[in-house]
Amino acid sequence: MNAKKLKACQLSCIRDERLLFSELNFTLMSGQVLLIEGANGAGKTSLLRILTGFRKPDSGDLFWNDEAIDDTQEFYQDTAYIGHNNGLKDTLTAEENLRYAQALATTTLTIDDVMEQVGLNGYQETLVRFMSAGQRRRLALARLLCTHKPLWILDEPFTSLDRASIKLFEKFIETHANQGGLVIMTSHHDTSIPHTLLQKIHL
Amino acid sequence: MFMRFIYKFSSPPYFYSISGKMLPWLTALFFLLLGYGLYGGLVTAPADYQQGDSFRIIYVHVPAAWMSMFIYVVMAISGGIGLVWRIKLAEIVSISSASIGASFTFLALVTGSLWGKPMWGAWWVWDARLTSELVLLFLYLGVIGLYNGIEDKRTASRAVAILALVGVVNIPIIHYSVEWWNTLHQGATVTKLDKPSIHIDMLIPLLVMAGAFKVYYAIALLLRCRNELLEREPNGKWIDELLEKVK
Amino acid sequence: MKQSSLFQAFGAVIKRDLLLAYRHRAELINPLAFFVMVITLFPLALGAEIALLKRIAPAIIWVAALLASLMSIDNLFRADYDDGSLELMVMTPHSLSILVLAKVTAHWFLSSVPLLFIAPLMGLMLHMDSNVIGILLLTLLLGMPVLSLIGGIAVALTLGLRKGGALLAILVLPLYVPILIFASGAVDAAMSGFPVSGHLSMMCAILFLAITLTPLPTAAALKMSLS
Repeated sequence: MNAKKLKACQLSCIRDERLLFSELNFTLMSGQVLLIEGANGAGKTSLLRILTGFRKPDSGDLFWNDEAIDDTQEFYQDTAYIGHNNGLKDTLTAEENLRYAQALATTTLTIDDVMEQVGLNGYQETLVRFMSAGQRRRLALARLLCTHKPLWILDEPFTSLDRASIKLFEKFIETHANQGGLVIMTSHHDTSIPHTLLQKIHL
Repeated sequence: MFMRFIYKFSSPPYFYSISGKMLPWLTALFFLLLGYGLYGGLVTAPADYQQGDSFRIIYVHVPAAWMSMFIYVVMAISGGIGLVWRIKLAEIVSISSASIGASFTFLALVTGSLWGKPMWGAWWVWDARLTSELVLLFLYLGVIGLYNGIEDKRTASRAVAILALVGVVNIPIIHYSVEWWNTLHQGATVTKLDKPSIHIDMLIPLLVMAGAFKVYYAIALLLRCRNELLEREPNGKWIDELLEKVK
Repeated sequence: MKQSSLFQAFGAVIKRDLLLAYRHRAELINPLAFFVMVITLFPLALGAEIALLKRIAPAIIWVAALLASLMSIDNLFRADYDDGSLELMVMTPHSLSILVLAKVTAHWFLSSVPLLFIAPLMGLMLHMDSNVIGILLLTLLLGMPVLSLIGGIAVALTLGLRKGGALLAILVLPLYVPILIFASGAVDAAMSGFPVSGHLSMMCAILFLAITLTPLPTAAALKMSLS
């Protein structure tokens, strides 16, 4: 993977006539994980919405590989997002969900491979409706793995996960970073991701 | 050069102070035009040979109808500017225009229907102009409803701008389709203002009244924008400075 | 590694929406039933005088089609917005406008094509002549996609609202006026034996205008709704 870089300059965000944050700067390089912390309502989700390009910052700029993110299509080629909802269709099977995601992006691994990796082998034909909350998160993770997306943006990835699944999730985040990927995430939990990889922003 | 001027004028502190200086002059101009227009329209203009004195309502009806269209276009253009260059003042102009425009549209509808009674003997006639005006009122109501429905005001302004732009592309289509519908279904109706010529003594007060309405719109717009600016700039240092001066 | 083409993405969106509709096929009947019921209400309210029904049949059918389209259009992006797959669709390297067009196409196919089959029956029940029914079908074929396309803008704009329903109608119905005028005008003209090509070419023009222009504001509004 080529080295990638996300740079934020003097970001500020006003929401509902309230200043959430201002003059926020950071640079995230390939191989790094950015953890965004803060109390509820501090603007974590708003910051993620800005970083995904859904919301324009009230001032400041974002650069992806030193180019301003104006033409979001280029940026979206490299970016994946998992929000509060997993973005899965309840009445499609696991495989159908992944196939749809691959048809919109660049395919890396086969579906059977990633299902194996996240420990969902044998669930390919299962409707998402019949999966547990933890299994759905894993399936969303599988979606990240089966498409070529250097930058992961994860909003509270560990909610509704059991200990083992959190471990698994963290392992994939770490591997992704070690392979030259970038991860931005918010979390309430303490993570066991090594500090050498980790940058923190407290809102 | 032009953009520099736009950016300067649209910076909230500059706009606030310059608009404060403009308001008294505009108010004076408004009363001047209104006084002259009303006097000309109600007293000096000759009575219409067909409609007698009842035609004099056009001095309110026609300018109001013109304004209703004009304001929609202003709303769409400033909304578009706000979308593209992300100028806060443009967003505020756009949404502040909406309710003023809706009021003018309502005024045009009411006066149109009042005029209809002596002319056609009915309070409401499905005349092409009145019908388009009614659809325009619905478009305004949509804009206002959408703005009030979205909590975050910046998002709401962007939504309104998109809707206003869609509306402005649609208005000509709606207008001509309604006109076509009207000719198909009603045959020959009495059309207003399609007289070959309007007497010059009638025309001048009409244009003066149109000018008065424009100035009134400017006044109302400036007042609304100033309020909206104060509400939306929770952390503006210039507001604190302004308060200091007042004390 | 293989980057998907725009064509593949377009197809994938349509295929997924059709598959989802198939899994929820019981819901497909709702707009149809609504359409039939609204039409049934008119003879009940007006009386079953044949000449009268025949006279106002095009108006009734078109108003009912308009309302049925309004009823089903809210589903266009709502489910995707709620389960987060809208974010997935926005965050692709492909043009969002084109993907929007794919969604609207799927929606049109699912909501309007069934209407084309049931509309002739309704026309017969309202005593329309068979050649007039032909024109009616033609106007539905040309007009219904426009309703879906325009409705898409309003749905995208009202996605973030908790109570978007009534507002959606206020936003959409004024924009539907031209289609209603030309479509019912065409059927009216056919009924009185006048040529209808003028009406139909206007409808074609509006259709092409809508296909090219409406996906842009819809895409912009969708992105905005995610902010």
